[in-house]
Amino acid sequence: MTHTVSVLVENKPGALARISNMFARRGFNIESLAVGPTERHDVSRIVLTVTCPAEQLEQIEKQMHKLVNVLRVSTLAAGEAVERELALVKVAAAPSRRAELMALADVFGARVADLGPQEMVFEVVGTPDQLESFEELLRPHGLKELARTGRIGLARASSPARNARPQHVLR
Amino acid sequence: MSTRMLGSDAILRSLEAEGVEVAFGIPGGAILPLYDAFARGTTVRHVLARHEQGAGHMAEGYARASGKVGVAIATSGPGVTNLVTPIADAWMDSTPLVCITGQVRSSLIGTDAFQETDATGITLPVVKHSWLVQEAEELPHVLKAAFHVARSGRCGPVLVDVAKDVQETEIDYAYPPRVDLPGWRPPASVHPRQVAEAASALLAASRPVLYVGGGAMNGDACEELLELAEAGGIPVITTLMAKGAFPDSHALCYGPPGMHGSKWANWGLNRADLIVAVGARFDDRVTGKLSAFAPGAKVVHFDVDPAEIGKLRRADIPVAGPLKLALTELAGELRSRAGPGHAGPVAWRAQLDEWREQFPYRYARDGEWLKPQAVVETLRDLTAGRDDVVWTTGVGQHQMWAMQYLVCDRPRTFLTSGGLGTMGYGLPAAIGAKAARPDATVVCVDGDGCFQMTAQELATSVLEGLPVVVVIVNNGWLGMVRQWQEMFYDERFSQTHLTHQVPDYAQLAEAYGAAGFTVEDEDDLEGVLAEALECGRTAVVDARCDPAEKCFPMIPAGAAATDVIEFPEEEAVEA
Repeated sequence: MTHTVSVLVENKPGALARISNMFARRGFNIESLAVGPTERHDVSRIVLTVTCPAEQLEQIEKQMHKLVNVLRVSTLAAGEAVERELALVKVAAAPSRRAELMALADVFGARVADLGPQEMVFEVVGTPDQLESFEELLRPHGLKELARTGRIGLARASSPARNARPQHVLR
Repeated sequence: MSTRMLGSDAILRSLEAEGVEVAFGIPGGAILPLYDAFARGTTVRHVLARHEQGAGHMAEGYARASGKVGVAIATSGPGVTNLVTPIADAWMDSTPLVCITGQVRSSLIGTDAFQETDATGITLPVVKHSWLVQEAEELPHVLKAAFHVARSGRCGPVLVDVAKDVQETEIDYAYPPRVDLPGWRPPASVHPRQVAEAASALLAASRPVLYVGGGAMNGDACEELLELAEAGGIPVITTLMAKGAFPDSHALCYGPPGMHGSKWANWGLNRADLIVAVGARFDDRVTGKLSAFAPGAKVVHFDVDPAEIGKLRRADIPVAGPLKLALTELAGELRSRAGPGHAGPVAWRAQLDEWREQFPYRYARDGEWLKPQAVVETLRDLTAGRDDVVWTTGVGQHQMWAMQYLVCDRPRTFLTSGGLGTMGYGLPAAIGAKAARPDATVVCVDGDGCFQMTAQELATSVLEGLPVVVVIVNNGWLGMVRQWQEMFYDERFSQTHLTHQVPDYAQLAEAYGAAGFTVEDEDDLEGVLAEALECGRTAVVDARCDPAEKCFPMIPAGAAATDVIEFPEEEAVEA
């Protein structure tokens, strides 16, 4: 089962290395990983997705808690979190195909980020599922390059009581 | 109040503020300013090792014998890479260690400068935490944090890597009285409901055992363990790392389980209906084949490290928290609910005693060769009743015989490399233990292979006035590897024969200014060992033993822990 784990870490050199090293050393596989700033300048958020059984997820959480730079670990259960991902997609777009591509993009709320004589770049934000659908629909048109950020997520505002249990309290 | 001083002096003032009595190390280019500060004066004694690995194991031996944090110092590059083995060793055995290393100047970091190594990077998987200090003002806070992290929660090693220019920079020094690390909050309490459930499980069990690991020692919970065991009449099984945490000669002590543990302890653990794990981690050398381990047992798991609970064996009743507190509460709960005169599992203890009677440790004391077990037994008998003896070992057959035959009734008197299995640990660890306990007789039971890995530390022992006795159980082979080759690789003895030819260990000892002894005949054994123990100098005893002797009992790797290979019956003579 795929789990999304949200980790608040101190914004210090090596914090990410400590986490990725722990995963590598213990044989846990990271599927995607996104790092970025939070509302606090001294704290970063790492959102990672892992596919593993529940017992292994518990071990991952516990091992992460032991890292001194890690402030909080929470697992975002499906349905309890808002999850988004950004993708940039470069696709073959001869002038004759542009209208069709634009119509397709419209369905996914994708924007044209750049346009060349024979190619165009779309930017699209959505859930990982939506991005995958968009990618599949573009593929027959000649997918040239693809970059995805990896998902980021927050617990839903509408169900705060169901937030994952924090073991380290952020001050 | 702050004082102006150099970063190097600030490091020493911080060590003094932490109560550090002794540090073990070797100077070098990037750590020169700190050694210059030593020359300016400090209350910290510096013990000059001959190799950084030796310095690290000395710091470990000091920490394990004293219960305090060990301190090791090395320079950049090869200095710190040589320190990696003891750091990894301390990581596996949860030994509190602060390693201070020099780093090249800040301006040179990342340029592949002379003797530059990414010290924090190379040690990343084997430290609790590490710091690369490039701002001198951070030194006091970092050192405070380093000691705090090393000794709080589950103990372990930390690394403080200090750029050379940082050591040379003047700062306003004030040592912080406390440090707040928002991401490091090990559990400080235990859940009362979990403790109550553990007590209920103990009262309901008919075949309970306490399975005690090194955590009991690190958690300073040995007295509480004794109270708990006696309150419930519960058999105690102590792992290699826990030898001495519960008195070996106590009637409730059933000693070590695992690959070379006793049959009675393995059967006890595997046929229990309740295992109460106390600071133990279900290591593969204890469990054997995990899926076949103690199939009928309910598990209560006490540990200060929540990640150990459920890591390998599911815990029915998990109790995360400090062991001293947890065991105090459990003993209290048990006593109040069981009432006075609670005898505990009488029939179960009788069963264990019967197995102990039926399957004792055995070897054949005949033939032309001195038997290694006889060496260990003689050492035990010569020191019987003394409470001022600290043992260390190397890794291999001799270590297992020391585990089986020595009697340790006090915590922190049996120091060994359990998790990492580091050959060469014994002699330097003994020197560190001697620094911690100058009045004790420190004896390293070593192998010939192990001794040759760190033998140069004899110089440290002699020159620093830290005399220890090394008894080399010298079979001329890498004995444990030879045993596996004999048993599992059709007797193809590949690259394991070290020989009895070189070196002459007694002469080597004399060359270092130590006393050297050689013994080949069992009739001379007691006399020679007694002389070495009493000589008051650093001494090396070369006890030339049977090369073919194998260590039994043995559970082959990957086998169920109940499938014990015994000493071959037909060869058995009463030991």
